[in-house]
Amino acid sequence: MNWLDSILQGILLGGLYALFAAGLSLVFGIMRLVNLAHGDLIVFAAFLILMLVSTLGLNPFVAALIAGPLMFAVGYLLQYHLLNRTLGKDILPPLLVTFGLSIVIQNGLLEAFTADSQRIPAGALEQASISLGGINAGVMPLLTFASAILVIVGLNQMIYKTALGRAFRATSDDVVTAGLMGIRPNQIFAIATGLAMVIVTIAALYLGTRANFDPTAGPARLIYAFEAVIIGGLGSLWGTLAGGIILGVAQTVGAAINPEWQILSGHIAFLLVLLFRPRGLFPRAVD
Amino acid sequence: MTLQTETLVGTSSARKAWRVETRTRLSGLFSLFAIALIVILCAAPFLVSRGVVQDLFFILTMLALAQSWNLLAGYAGLISVGQQLFVGCGAYALVGFVTLLGLDPIFAIPLAGLFAMLVALPTAFFAFRLYGPYFAIGTWVIAEVGRLLFAQWKALGGGTGTSLPRDATREMFGVSFLEDWFGMRTAAAADAVAFWLALIVLVLTIWFIYRLLRSKQGLGLAAVRDNETAARALGVDAQKLKLVIYLSTAFITGVVGALIYLQKARISPDAAFSLTDWTAYVIFIVVIGGIGTIEGPILGVIIFFLMQNALSSYGSWYLLLLGALAIVTMLLRRAGSGA
Repeated sequence: MNWLDSILQGILLGGLYALFAAGLSLVFGIMRLVNLAHGDLIVFAAFLILMLVSTLGLNPFVAALIAGPLMFAVGYLLQYHLLNRTLGKDILPPLLVTFGLSIVIQNGLLEAFTADSQRIPAGALEQASISLGGINAGVMPLLTFASAILVIVGLNQMIYKTALGRAFRATSDDVVTAGLMGIRPNQIFAIATGLAMVIVTIAALYLGTRANFDPTAGPARLIYAFEAVIIGGLGSLWGTLAGGIILGVAQTVGAAINPEWQILSGHIAFLLVLLFRPRGLFPRAVD
Repeated sequence: MTLQTETLVGTSSARKAWRVETRTRLSGLFSLFAIALIVILCAAPFLVSRGVVQDLFFILTMLALAQSWNLLAGYAGLISVGQQLFVGCGAYALVGFVTLLGLDPIFAIPLAGLFAMLVALPTAFFAFRLYGPYFAIGTWVIAEVGRLLFAQWKALGGGTGTSLPRDATREMFGVSFLEDWFGMRTAAAADAVAFWLALIVLVLTIWFIYRLLRSKQGLGLAAVRDNETAARALGVDAQKLKLVIYLSTAFITGVVGALIYLQKARISPDAAFSLTDWTAYVIFIVVIGGIGTIEGPILGVIIFFLMQNALSSYGSWYLLLLGALAIVTMLLRRAGSGA
């Protein structure tokens, strides 16, 4: 029973990792940019929600609704004014600029909120659970998983069914030709990062309500997101969800064997996938 | 920085046709200046206080780390944010060899470099499967694995870490000589020995990079950096070159890691595998000074040291400023190069 429980918790945890990863995956897919500050932006959004909850006394879900558009603006401006300047054939500038950004965000948060670990209070939902055939699953983890699926369905619909999605795909395939067809790549990139930041806000909501976080929690989130993307295979959002689940299950099962092995067993699962399936389990993109 | 003259002369039929020079009058002058500086630095432990020797040791080791990261990222295009893996492995190998096997630290240091290189083999096997930016995060994940594994090694203190035995540095090669002949206190003598070792490692590192870049392999490396497809078409084995660079920087980084922890004498997994201390600072030094040049990191480490002395009491504001400066430098560099 214990094993089944660990596996179920792992699957639900995978939903959270898929949420971490979806934004990273979207941005990489469209502009080949790996944002090393992604994890820190998640933590930044968590602090934003926390601030809204604690100062205005809002419900965390309402706070996330307000934080979403704010984070969209952050992402849009960040991409338009800073990251767009780094794009090009050379991969060094975007990596180093986002690495610098990661340090700036972490230390800015440290100054603003101190190193104390925080938690977004979610009231009765925190402890609520439902019984699923003998195993209890928390309502928050279930909501997290459902949100991850909703986000992925929504993203897929947006990318393959809407004019904006068409512009995303066109820009991703060929920036110059897309520009000739009246698309402004700089704006498309800015919208994509803005959308990624909305997903980051959703991820931050669940990160902040289910566990403690502090200003230095970002890099670990980036690593989990990255592992989920690579395990799942580049270019496939459902693959990313599968990657998140594999990572989550590896971590909870590892933790059930020995609490010290939780993180390590996640990394080992990632390395095993890299060893046997270097392109991930469900690769779609060529690069 | 140039220490050696080197001219390549074409073969018989085209003897006068072409001539490659890798140094100018200015670089010749500069190499004289560099040699003078090295001589002065050699005498430093006799001339200045122990605090200054420790500061110089810090500068030399950070510069050696920066030079090796610069070789990796600036010349081979391998942007690693996981170099703390090799600092940590080198440092732990030193502590392991000294406390568990009772080796003299001087002999343990090159062994620590070899150990780091050994660790780099499987690391490269995994990380080289990842493209460009993903390589960066991949190396970081593997560094995390290293940190978590060493935290499990109970003989060396597990997660809380351990200290080098006091006798190990006291009985180190050369320390008693300095005590007897120059009347140095034991701790000062140990610092002096560590300082000279750092100086030797740094000079060898720069010499190695300089020679490498002016060799056939270095030319291949430049070709790969400029256009990998074209270089491969001409028969340059890009993967092999990159692997060789990766392994050599792992060796250098491991040696420097061992040296740093010989001087610190106290190790823990979180400190030895610290992303901030051994990779973020190093990247800052290289970026601020100028990536892809040998003199860049030298300038960078001086700026870094001055900034750290002036601002480190401001804690996170200082780091925030470092990050912002790195971003601005990177943006200006792109604007300057017209890209």
